[in-house]
Amino acid sequence: MNARPAAERMHVAGYACLGELLRDALVVHKAETVLIEASRKREAGRWTGWEVKLLGERVAARLQDAGVGPGDRVAIVLSNQSKWLISAYGALFAGAVLVPIDHKLTGPEQEALLAHAQPSVVITEFAIWRTWDAAPAGQVWVAEAPKGADVDRWESLPEHGGTFVPRDREDTATIVYSSGTGGTPKGCMLPHRAYLAQLDALLGRFPLAPGDRYFSILPTNHAIDFMVGFVGPFVCGATVVHQRTLRPELLRWTMKRYRITHMAVVPLVLEAFKRAIDEKLDALSGWRRSLADTLIAANARLTERRPRHAVSSRLLKPVHDAFGGELRLLFCGGAYTDRKLAEFFYDLGIPVVIGYGTTEACTVITVNRTDPWRGDSVGDVLPGVEVRIHDADADGVGEVHVRGPTLMSGYLDAPELTEAAFLDGWYRTGDLGHFDAAGHLHLVGRQKDMIVTAGGKNIYPDDVAFAFRGVEAEELTVFAENYLWPERTMQDERLLLVVRGEVTGALLGEIAEKNRRLPDFKRVSGVLRWEEEFPRTASMKLKRHVLADALRAGRTRADVVPL
Amino acid sequence: MILDTLKKLAVQRFGVKAEALAPNDDLFEVLGIDSLQALDLLTDLEDAFDVEIPDYEVQGVNTLGGLAELIEARR
Repeated sequence: MNARPAAERMHVAGYACLGELLRDALVVHKAETVLIEASRKREAGRWTGWEVKLLGERVAARLQDAGVGPGDRVAIVLSNQSKWLISAYGALFAGAVLVPIDHKLTGPEQEALLAHAQPSVVITEFAIWRTWDAAPAGQVWVAEAPKGADVDRWESLPEHGGTFVPRDREDTATIVYSSGTGGTPKGCMLPHRAYLAQLDALLGRFPLAPGDRYFSILPTNHAIDFMVGFVGPFVCGATVVHQRTLRPELLRWTMKRYRITHMAVVPLVLEAFKRAIDEKLDALSGWRRSLADTLIAANARLTERRPRHAVSSRLLKPVHDAFGGELRLLFCGGAYTDRKLAEFFYDLGIPVVIGYGTTEACTVITVNRTDPWRGDSVGDVLPGVEVRIHDADADGVGEVHVRGPTLMSGYLDAPELTEAAFLDGWYRTGDLGHFDAAGHLHLVGRQKDMIVTAGGKNIYPDDVAFAFRGVEAEELTVFAENYLWPERTMQDERLLLVVRGEVTGALLGEIAEKNRRLPDFKRVSGVLRWEEEFPRTASMKLKRHVLADALRAGRTRADVVPL
Repeated sequence: MILDTLKKLAVQRFGVKAEALAPNDDLFEVLGIDSLQALDLLTDLEDAFDVEIPDYEVQGVNTLGGLAELIEARR
């Protein structure tokens, strides 16, 4: 079952809003299977374009019965599953603003974002709903609730479909949170035009077609998956595959069962794939191993100019079969991707396309191509997006700024954050980079006070400081080490705990104990002592940049006590 | 009993010494594994004890003792 050529790609740029585009796409692809949900090693369901359209429009009818009108907010807090996409389509069809919230956040974190977004309706599933302390304001529809649970069930949809509500290109389509479990939540208001412009550019470079099967494993609230795991495949009539239990073994099973062709991953998943391949290769006896190495080298030579799936999948059949045999492309983003890791996969005949983006700029700012393939950059600028290097030094390195139709209109209810995020109409990414002669962007470090994990999680030091409340220190806070003392690297980013007062052995012990209880990616790696009172505003809010300046002037990396 | 089997499976999968594992040790720290590898261990446990443990129940569980309790509750 190879991808069939698309009759003609839909004219995305001609649409004014996502609801209308998806509605028409689901009609165009009414007979294609656009959605499959697997639960462990069985198929829980599959839906054609027409079936998704009918179901989604019943969701829209129920939203409209509940009084949801154009511009009203509908939050989705679901794991990656069919109801996510069906509900999202329904909300957009009804003209609502979609507020997708990360299902992997803790209950209290989700509650904080819901309180900020103030949605009229919250759509969630029982396993998530039960972790919330209090019911969020508005209606809450709970999917998959067990018998007897006293909840409003997602499943009780009316039989009729709703009424399509058109939106303007400048109207807000979604509010996507890029951070905010600690400080002020950053809810990026993304207009319809941002998605339409982005989709047009992305599909121009990476066309999808009926018969392509995309495995959606990144949370769909994430900008990448929203685009390549929802809107993109639906518009092209490709299939989105979900697996309810995302574990390495079941991931591989799903890839084989559905002969997945495309996936978007974060570096952490790429490493897990590499481990599985390494184990296989290591298990080979002497001569078989040298044969495998020869074949990998031969494949690398044959695909120097462009990927040749037919050649690679035959030459290295066992490796390709382990991933279903038809995997053609892995998109990797959300965090720093090691060049060697990407090259390992390319040599096996599986191109890893590295890109770079932020939620504030919809999804992608730069992305690589496959002909020829490169693993050393984050790609060149996507059509329609403008990028400049601000305040470049002698090496051409400066802050990456972005402008164009894919940008958000601002952060919800946070004018001061919005103002700080832009400079003369350019969005300041806080990332440091430079362009090479071929127009490819290279990221070399970060200017902002945050770190990104291999799992693609943005960690804000501010949020982490919260976990150390109660230790015997006069004042404390957390900073990213590379923010205090910038260093040209995107690897081994670390967090530091800054403590005012005496740093005793007992205090270190107390800190280490609290540190151990944090998820590994939120742990601090060292303690920095500071004698002076922390600078604060009249309302006692920490002036982080003032303290950071003082620390830069008075301390170096050598002063950090490692934990 | 459950704990012994748990240890055995962790030892098999990650090649550590059984005596290095105490019930209250942080698995991520002692085994030096990431969250995805931990999920593989979970699949081994399900097969060994013939139970299904949804991923969301394991969130925040990072010791062998904690895992043993989960399995006990399911049996």
